[in-house]
Amino acid sequence: MIEKMIFGRYIPGDSIVHRMDPRAKILFVFIFIAVVFVANNALTYGILLGFTLFVVFLSKIRLYFLVTGLKPVFILLIFTFLLHIFFTREGDVLLSIGFIEIYEEGLRQGIFLSVRFLVLVFITSILTLTTSPISITDGIETLLGPFKRVKLPVHELALMMSISLRFIPTLMDETGKIMKAQMARGSDISSGPVKERIKAVVPLLIPLFVSAFKRAEDLATAMEVRGYRGGEGRTRYRQLDWGFKDTFSMALLVGLTAVLWYYRT
Amino acid sequence: MNSIIMSLENVTFTYAPEDESVRPAVADLSFTIEEGEWIALVGHNGSGKSTIAKLMNGLLFPNSGKVTAMGKPMSEETLWDIRSQMGMVFQNPDNQFVGATVQDDVAFALENNGVPHEEMVVRVKESLRQVKMEDYMDQEPHHLSGGQKQRVAIAGALALRPRLLILDEATSMLDPQGRMEVIETIRELRKATGLTVISITHDLEEAALADRLIVMNQGHKQLEGSPEQVFRSGSELIKLGLDLPFAMRMTHLLRKEGVDIKGEHMTEDELVDELWTSYSKM
Repeated sequence: MIEKMIFGRYIPGDSIVHRMDPRAKILFVFIFIAVVFVANNALTYGILLGFTLFVVFLSKIRLYFLVTGLKPVFILLIFTFLLHIFFTREGDVLLSIGFIEIYEEGLRQGIFLSVRFLVLVFITSILTLTTSPISITDGIETLLGPFKRVKLPVHELALMMSISLRFIPTLMDETGKIMKAQMARGSDISSGPVKERIKAVVPLLIPLFVSAFKRAEDLATAMEVRGYRGGEGRTRYRQLDWGFKDTFSMALLVGLTAVLWYYRT
Repeated sequence: MNSIIMSLENVTFTYAPEDESVRPAVADLSFTIEEGEWIALVGHNGSGKSTIAKLMNGLLFPNSGKVTAMGKPMSEETLWDIRSQMGMVFQNPDNQFVGATVQDDVAFALENNGVPHEEMVVRVKESLRQVKMEDYMDQEPHHLSGGQKQRVAIAGALALRPRLLILDEATSMLDPQGRMEVIETIRELRKATGLTVISITHDLEEAALADRLIVMNQGHKQLEGSPEQVFRSGSELIKLGLDLPFAMRMTHLLRKEGVDIKGEHMTEDELVDELWTSYSKM
């Protein structure tokens, strides 16, 4: 189940989308989220869907992979679609079976909302699928750069993010080990009533917290020894490179907005 | 005459200065280390050896006495300058890996010291090559073995081109193979660059490779000298809770059984050599 989930996963690759500057990709996603709301009729939603599929095609991520990976999202999607169909009562009645009546407006709204949702989920997934967490962190750090003026600790936030990402697998391993150790001592986490199971998690969490604090202390020492003194006077190993394709992607987005604006009703 | 890279003069340090009953972690300790030496600081747990490491790079300051590193007295002002000239590798391979990938981690100290980007790329490659990890540039830490992670940590220290490398129990959490990898890396580095190394360890096999040994006990310097000199006082080491290298222990036991062994052997090979040649002489 978890292996199949693609939320927040990164699939290394060499497509044009993979090679884009993370800043461009993050900006693109944020602007795109706003632009989606410009669409308001069949044609504009169609254009939006077409555009999204084009981006998926460019990223060289298989549509099948994307669809199976986002299965939980589709359940939500179908649910909202059905809600709209059954509870919107506007326009002509298209179908009536017993007490269930499906209205034209309901069907329209249902489809539009589903497309909007789908497009948003696809585009944001493409961002995380084609950009390594560390690049996303770099992108966010530079994009938030101007906020340093208002004393936002941008560098610290970015470092915190990258260290947390770096320690996720380490702490996962640790959790596994502690779980086995507790199981070997007779603790039972996987069965019994919910209340008991929640109680059984406590002896898991406490050793995990203790070791996480120990790790944090060691890490702080190691960082200090290696000359870490905060963001000031620091240079960066990872350089971001805003190229033609990044400018082009922005232009494409502006074009899309213009087209949507022109055809919207 | 080589220049002195690190010296401690009458250094005393206690973790509880207000409590007289607590034994100081380091008491009235003096030693000097010359450029190019390989020093092993040995002692059992609680002998003060890790405290010495922290005193040497300014993580702790002595209650009395003087620490001089790279010719400068250790103080708040000189601290960062001194640290930029020494690398340090700690015990736990996971807890000192800062970067998301191998190359990011090696670059961390360079970033902190404001090294320009072009220079960084060169140095990261160079130091990864020195520890033979250049094929793992983009690997994430959880895909590496303990020994590999420690080698990356060494590369991270080397990237700053330090004059001194301190290994604080750097091999104690590794499996035998990882330990060999790290020790071999240090040997080759020493051969290639003549780097000064201080290794803090309770493993006497590792310590036997050093030029000079300082044996610590309860915050005091108990013994000092070449590995041969120190190991000659075998029983004293055992009293301090230290395990002699296997070959030495074997020699002692064989002598006890009446087997006449001439030399003091640091390695198994030497002992084996004497044993089989002595038998053929009979």
